[in-house]
Amino acid sequence: MTAAMMARLADGVPRRTFILLGTLLAALLIAPWIVNDYLLTVLIVILYSAYTGQAWNIMMGFAGQLSLGHAIYAGLGAYVAAVLFTKFGIGPWIGLVAAIPIAMACGAVIGFLAFRFGVAGVYFAILTIAFAEFARIGFDHLGIVNASAGLFLPVAQYAHNDLWRLRGDPTMFYYVILAATVLAFIVCRLLLRSRMGYFWLAIREDEQAARAAGIDTFRYKMYAVTISAAVTSFAGVFYAFFYNNLFPEQVFNIGRSIEMILGPVIGGVGTLFGPILGSFVLTGLAETLNSAMSAVGLDLPGAKEVFYGICLLFVIVALPEGVWPPLARRLGIDRGKR
Amino acid sequence: MTALLSLHRVGKRFRGLVAVDGVSFSVPEGAIFAVIGPNGAGKTTLFNMIAGAMAPDEGSIVFAGQPITGLTPDAVCRRGIARTFQLVRPFPALSVEDNVIVGALLHRHDVGAARERAQTLLRRFDLFDRRHQPASALTLPDRKRLEVVRALATEPKLLLLDEAVAGLRPTEIDRMVAILRELNRESGLTILLIEHVMRAVMALASHVLVLDHGTAIAEGTPEAVVRDPAVVQSYLGAEAV
Amino acid sequence: MTVDVYLNVAVAGVLTGLVYGLMALGLSVIFGVVRIVNFAHGEMMSIAMYIAVLLFSAFHLDPLIMLIPIAAVMFVFGYALQAGLINPFITRPEHSQFLLLVALAIVIVNTLLIVFGPDARSVQTSYAYDSFQLGPVLVDASKAYAGAAAIAFAAALFAFFRFSHIGKAIRACADNYTGALVVGLNVNRLYALSFALGAACVGAAGSMMTLIVDVTPNIGPAYTLLAFVIVITGGLGSMAGALLGGILIGLTEALAGLVFTPSAKSMFAFGVLVLVLLFRPQGILGKRAS
Repeated sequence: MTAAMMARLADGVPRRTFILLGTLLAALLIAPWIVNDYLLTVLIVILYSAYTGQAWNIMMGFAGQLSLGHAIYAGLGAYVAAVLFTKFGIGPWIGLVAAIPIAMACGAVIGFLAFRFGVAGVYFAILTIAFAEFARIGFDHLGIVNASAGLFLPVAQYAHNDLWRLRGDPTMFYYVILAATVLAFIVCRLLLRSRMGYFWLAIREDEQAARAAGIDTFRYKMYAVTISAAVTSFAGVFYAFFYNNLFPEQVFNIGRSIEMILGPVIGGVGTLFGPILGSFVLTGLAETLNSAMSAVGLDLPGAKEVFYGICLLFVIVALPEGVWPPLARRLGIDRGKR
Repeated sequence: MTALLSLHRVGKRFRGLVAVDGVSFSVPEGAIFAVIGPNGAGKTTLFNMIAGAMAPDEGSIVFAGQPITGLTPDAVCRRGIARTFQLVRPFPALSVEDNVIVGALLHRHDVGAARERAQTLLRRFDLFDRRHQPASALTLPDRKRLEVVRALATEPKLLLLDEAVAGLRPTEIDRMVAILRELNRESGLTILLIEHVMRAVMALASHVLVLDHGTAIAEGTPEAVVRDPAVVQSYLGAEAV
Repeated sequence: MTVDVYLNVAVAGVLTGLVYGLMALGLSVIFGVVRIVNFAHGEMMSIAMYIAVLLFSAFHLDPLIMLIPIAAVMFVFGYALQAGLINPFITRPEHSQFLLLVALAIVIVNTLLIVFGPDARSVQTSYAYDSFQLGPVLVDASKAYAGAAAIAFAAALFAFFRFSHIGKAIRACADNYTGALVVGLNVNRLYALSFALGAACVGAAGSMMTLIVDVTPNIGPAYTLLAFVIVITGGLGSMAGALLGGILIGLTEALAGLVFTPSAKSMFAFGVLVLVLLFRPQGILGKRAS
């Protein structure tokens, strides 16, 4: 990164923010040495959710388009990379190069259909659900991905970490997803402060007024959808190589799409840090409940989810902007507008 | 004076209701042109057609020598026509400054340059001190002024103002009028405005068009129009003269 | 396959579709009036289904007879839910509304799991295996009764909205919120009432549904989606549209299940949805928003 870019990145950011972010980053960097294997996996889940939350946030928080079928982009990324690997031995990073355009094309189709035909708001959200369901059922019958029987990646015993083929121990995956999340954060920050970012915010706030100010809203909404799709597709590639098994029923499930939006909505839609904080809060909550329940010896299937749902209800009702904005104000690093 | 904007027999109907019926007029460059008339006369529909928010059913609109009939609102803005809204619409969660930056970014692609221009305009219109506040926190007169500033940031040749002083107190009206007059004098900005507040119309306009039930019933200087018997009968009432 | 098989399947689909339609009618009332994206709609129906199953296994009370009481219980539940929890969310952004109801759905599904366990429950009425012969068509008795009950309930609701004072007030609210306030209607109470009515529909539909399918704790989400497909296809704001949409979806589902593989049948519903959203967003019978 050039000096000019770094300057732009840091422009206007209060010093306190730097210190807080820096501390968090440092803690995350040394985490694998401090925590046990189980917690490391938890951290990977948190960062995965933070990453997908950021990606979704581009479409919703920035451009104001509510997507409830975002799992389709991750799913496409996962399957493209997995098929290329299992059938042709092509590594995940090359697979990513193939997955991104495919996810973008899918986003472009959905976006084009919706925006050209004036499908907005709740109807747009339902349209995205329909497409994701389509993918789920479609892939359930698709031979090349083994349909509903599932696609499995070979998990051989590796002597050392293989970054090129993403085969290795959890620590490697941890650093990959951490790097990706940090990168996503930086990219989002740059996007927000760019001309396109301003146009997105204008569209989110009031699309008619944005058009009256000369913004070609169709074009910029398309950019938002395709960029969001592209960023999300990497998550899919990661998912495929980390879990090593893909079932359409799980990958494209509406539950996945909902999981993607939980972080940002709890943390704060439209903010940069919201998705990250939201993921920590949610997964932290889930894990606390897990531990509490096993400590008490309670093994009731469904009990944990009920508590989880109630906590969600509470946060949604009590904190309309999410957890981050009031917290940022408390910490004195709030910059007012976004 | 050349006509910057001309409408030729422009009409619009909504399912049987004729909103605008074959209206023609020209706005000379550098003029301040007011469109007045009773409620429901078709003024905002006319505006919307010029601004591209609606397409006319008949007739044509020519701006700076180029036809703009049926262009989308953003295309119209890029050609050099900026507009404000009757019910003011700033970007509520964005700061005052960001609101104007959005407008400035139309022609200045660099965010830094756009910010500079925004700040210049904000200083000029006395909103600079509040530039970091969210637009939703402003009072109505300030929000109206902000919308005008945002429109100006797009560097228009023609500014469409839809009831820019509605709801303002007399001192605020005078202030807005003074600003608009200054703009027109200094930069030659052509202004087309819809207005009910006759105080503002008389102070600002060089030309006036009166609409009633979708047709033009009078056109001319403010003094002449205000005395026109048809206008007095349909809109102004005898006391206004 | 002979024409008879197609006819039988089609008729079964239509009858099931009527029950779908009633469920969707509830959503039409809720979505159309209160404008809340009720993503817990199917879950609410599963509550009703479990009540029906419980009443049957404990007291041998036929779900069709218990229709009204169960609808009444869901009415109260819906009223309390709207007035107590959902009302402030009407002005909140859609993603917040959506998540509120998703969270509620999670709580419902898992509470049902805890209380009833994961195994499927069903209602075995005395007429469960009966059927009528109507010309060339063999009609399943349970489905026939369920379909008839659905029509009756929908007709009653339709009459309520058409002819009663409160019904008209609710329609006024839906058409013009500000106008309703201006003429002095207590909009909050009417919203709660509308949600309650929607819940009652769902309750009735749930009762009937137990005659057709087995219930497990997690059937809710699929029905929620189905309800949205039906409401959008049939037309928002049109009660007849919801029923029509239900019949249409029930029919296509049944036939698609026959012609293609059963698991692909919901793909058709979604295909129809996409087409409707693109080309006729007001649905088949809905009014285009001006």
